[in-house]
Amino acid sequence: MGKTATDWVLFVVLLIGALLMSGPFVWMIATSFKPAADVFQFPPTLFTADPQVENYVRIFTTIPFGRAMANSLVVSVLVTLLQLITCSMAAYAFACLRFRGREALFLIYLAALMVPSQVTLIPNFILIKTLGWIDTYQGLILPYAFSSFGTFLLRQYLKSIPAELLEAARIDGASHAQIYLTIVLPLAKPALGALAIFTFVAQWNNFLWPLITTTKPDMQVAIVALATLQGQYNTDWPLLMTGSVIAIVPVLLVFVFGNRAFIAGLTTGAFGGR
Amino acid sequence: MARSRVRLTRVARAEERAAWLFLAPSLVLFAIFTAIPVISAFFISFTQWNLFNEVTWVGLGNYIGLAHDEIFAKVLGNTGYFVLVSVPVQIALALACALALNRGLKGQTFFRVVYFLPVVTSTIAAALVWAWLFNSNFGLINAGLSLAGVTDLPKWMGSTRWAMPAIIIVSIWQNLGYAMVLFLAGLQNIGKDVHDAAALDGATGWDRFWHITLPLLSPTTFFVLVISIIGSFQVFELVLVMTKAGPANATNTLVYYIYQNGFQFYQMGYASAAAMVLFLIVLIFTLVQYKLQRRWVHYG
Repeated sequence: MGKTATDWVLFVVLLIGALLMSGPFVWMIATSFKPAADVFQFPPTLFTADPQVENYVRIFTTIPFGRAMANSLVVSVLVTLLQLITCSMAAYAFACLRFRGREALFLIYLAALMVPSQVTLIPNFILIKTLGWIDTYQGLILPYAFSSFGTFLLRQYLKSIPAELLEAARIDGASHAQIYLTIVLPLAKPALGALAIFTFVAQWNNFLWPLITTTKPDMQVAIVALATLQGQYNTDWPLLMTGSVIAIVPVLLVFVFGNRAFIAGLTTGAFGGR
Repeated sequence: MARSRVRLTRVARAEERAAWLFLAPSLVLFAIFTAIPVISAFFISFTQWNLFNEVTWVGLGNYIGLAHDEIFAKVLGNTGYFVLVSVPVQIALALACALALNRGLKGQTFFRVVYFLPVVTSTIAAALVWAWLFNSNFGLINAGLSLAGVTDLPKWMGSTRWAMPAIIIVSIWQNLGYAMVLFLAGLQNIGKDVHDAAALDGATGWDRFWHITLPLLSPTTFFVLVISIIGSFQVFELVLVMTKAGPANATNTLVYYIYQNGFQFYQMGYASAAAMVLFLIVLIFTLVQYKLQRRWVHYG
């Protein structure tokens, strides 16, 4: 088989693969426009003869889904901002400053990447409960305000800044805070962007922690509200699919617009971590 | 000479002070939410506590309990089954897709984005639509199978035999794109000139794949393998939405069991002991792979 013939076969195989990968999304969207009775037809049809937007109204009236979306947005944005601050500050210290214990502390931060999140789940839950922080934003946000992964990602990037540049600024009398704010942060924009997108997506999709630390519907994030909805309306597939569509739209938008930065961050973080 | 040394140490000391100031926020957060909890989890695993009564020290009691717990044995078996099937299939498919895309086919960006969409999608939302697709009475998958002439349709999430395969299929669908993107990045690090030189020497496509691409790609493969194994041991959300560990614990997995014991039965000590088992498994895989890596990974 010649090179072009092989390429065509592969192209068709990849196209079929793309259909399989995107199929569930198409099915999700198609079902969200179906009237409730339509879903119990066999064999099922992809497009209903009677499309309607009723489900998109119902989802906001049966449960406080608007509030849940707002909660997700508040938590994800604040976690992202806090991580950008705490991780970039730590990364600046690790990459650009000399101090005793630097390597040891960095190793400890790195070792934390090997700890599965379920290990710290119970002690953190007990802590948040003891503080009376169940059903609060601080309980949802603060445990994620710093990450070893983010520090590592930014440190790798900051190490590429020429030391002479920072040295020159020092000689001109700039303080460390000035260097960090006016030289390092602007130069680190691509890495900060990658971390921001990565953190936002991870936090939006985060499930187990918000599940166990919220009890009131008003404090649930969108993904937890979706899982709760399944418990209450487990055969109302159009409603469940509508909730799913709405809950994944923000992340898909962020990903489609920032996919280059996202994947760059993912692969740098990944290969650097080896 | 003496003066400049004094100045140097003063500068160094100022730099050291600045470093700790920059590290302060991360140190506080890391101590409160990571370091202290890891140590606490270890101690909690030696106690019996339901959050309301007094904490009782039970020594190795929880671990002995786990060793005699028939459900826990089943949970470990299920988790092992899930990891053993999903990881190799996912890696093989991801590598095949990456190799195909790396030939410079048309629409590379399009394919990369489409294959990656499930990775960024909430697992809960993904599991919901797949639960609907796998629905044994009205789902699209059984409709397709029956159109294809299958008469003995699987009951999927309702059957002890097919529930786990259903979860495995969804997991592969969701994680394929991540492994593929990592493989693509790895392939792009292998210079094209290496291949051109081998082609000039008369090596066929398969020869080049086995003797050049695969060995040079092994650091990536190694990394994808470790990440996939560790991630697969933590399967949880798919189980929660699709089967709730049923039927008859056929899909109960390690993290689901930790969740059940901790947050449904409020047995904090027992759940922590199970979490320590997970920690140990992850640690062993990380270390074993790290050792093996030296033996069979060729850094180009």
